Amino acid sequence: MSSGEKYVAAAYAVVLLAVLVWVAIIGAKLVRLDRETAELAALARRTGPGRSSDDG
Amino acid sequence: MSTYAADVAALARKDLRLELRARDTLPAMLLFVLATLVVFHFALPAGSGDDPAYGLLWVALVFTALLGLGRAWVPERENAALDGLVLAPCDRSAIWLGKALATLAFLAAAEVVALPAFALFFAPLRSTALAGVVLADIGICTVGSLVSAMAASSRTRELILPLLFLPLAIPLIVGGVGSSVSPHGGKYLLFLALYDGVFSILSWASFEYVVTE
Amino acid sequence: MSVAKSFPARAFGAVGLMAAAMVMVFFVAPEDADQGISQKIFYFHVPIALTAYACFGTGAWKALRLLWTREERYDLESYTAVHQGTIFGALTLITGSIWAKASWGVWWTWSSNQLVLFLVLFLFYCAYFMLRFSLEPGPRRARLSAVYALFGVALIPVSFLAIRLANDFIHPTVFTRHGAQMTHTMFAAFCVSWAALLALAHVMYRIELLGKRIDANLRDLREALTAA
Repeated sequence: MSSGEKYVAAAYAVVLLAVLVWVAIIGAKLVRLDRETAELAALARRTGPGRSSDDG
Repeated sequence: MSTYAADVAALARKDLRLELRARDTLPAMLLFVLATLVVFHFALPAGSGDDPAYGLLWVALVFTALLGLGRAWVPERENAALDGLVLAPCDRSAIWLGKALATLAFLAAAEVVALPAFALFFAPLRSTALAGVVLADIGICTVGSLVSAMAASSRTRELILPLLFLPLAIPLIVGGVGSSVSPHGGKYLLFLALYDGVFSILSWASFEYVVTE
Repeated sequence: MSVAKSFPARAFGAVGLMAAAMVMVFFVAPEDADQGISQKIFYFHVPIALTAYACFGTGAWKALRLLWTREERYDLESYTAVHQGTIFGALTLITGSIWAKASWGVWWTWSSNQLVLFLVLFLFYCAYFMLRFSLEPGPRRARLSAVYALFGVALIPVSFLAIRLANDFIHPTVFTRHGAQMTHTMFAAFCVSWAALLALAHVMYRIELLGKRIDANLRDLREALTAA
């Protein structure tokens, strides 16, 4: 590859890599959100559907 | 309208009176700007000429202003007076304008010493340069007072003020240095006036949102 | 929600646009006579810059809506838009630097007004995040961020003017790039590329916003479940 072609490849590669890094970060966030929803679902199941509300 | 002006005047007068009694900010600014100018002498390589000195003058002015701006809202914060001011029956933007005018007075007082010192140590200042100082001061104090109020609300106060302020100060430095060195100084004065207009209006309109809960 | 239903369509549309852009840039548009193949960087660099402006503009618009209506959702939307703008701004600087190296042999030059402008804006918007992280979540943080975002868009034209004026007395080594003597196909490739990048930014914006909204809802849910 000529040096000009290398620079073009580098420029487009940088954009691709940036988007992939962003995907990875969002992926990590999804993992965390999954864990949290599972925790909250467990919490909701424990306190049960028969929970009375505090308006007595 | 006249009550607005009266409110602004009262607020500015309060700050000036506080400073006259405490005498901490202004002497510090004066000493800081003089010390900075001396540091610059040692920082400039021999044979640099006059132009770099003008650039450094503006750096000194901006950082001296930052010093003053860092302290601008401290009296209100320390005594929880800001809440009282916000509740007072005056336009919130009057609080900002009063503060900006007081800060302008302090900065001008520091410059009364700094500019002759600069002319003595480095190079003369022509009329467009002085006009540039006046116009840039307005920009520094209007934008700076608003940004300083933002920084005062944050956890990191003194740390974040320069970060918020410096990008906004870049056009002022360009205008100031241009008015000092360029043969077309008037162009830069017009630019500074444009900056002042745009950002003063923006600051005036948005201060209410910065200071209310 | 009707918006949620059309999002997958938009996301796939973005993929299609990007594919079309790649074809146009590398197979259809002719090579530039002066600059050779390195001119191809232009098809990404300039649209990325324009997309960054669009993101900052969106952020400011959402900020204005927040201050006007006080609806909480505009805070997340403004924040996400500014975040996208900063990402694309950083990409503008990086691709611009690579193009500068390819064209003139230097990784940085002060003579490119657009590069310098993006440097100033990058500094400004990095401070936006520092401001946000130093404030407690709540209406105050939303309002201060919104005001700062508005100052950002006011800064864009003023800074640009300042940088142009500064060239008069800074006298950088001026590199010239032969201007937009674009053929029709080149212009078409540019437009498709720009549309593709705007679509990409939009998709990224939506996904981030969804993530942030889920986060906020989960927090409320946790509070509700652990309260009683």
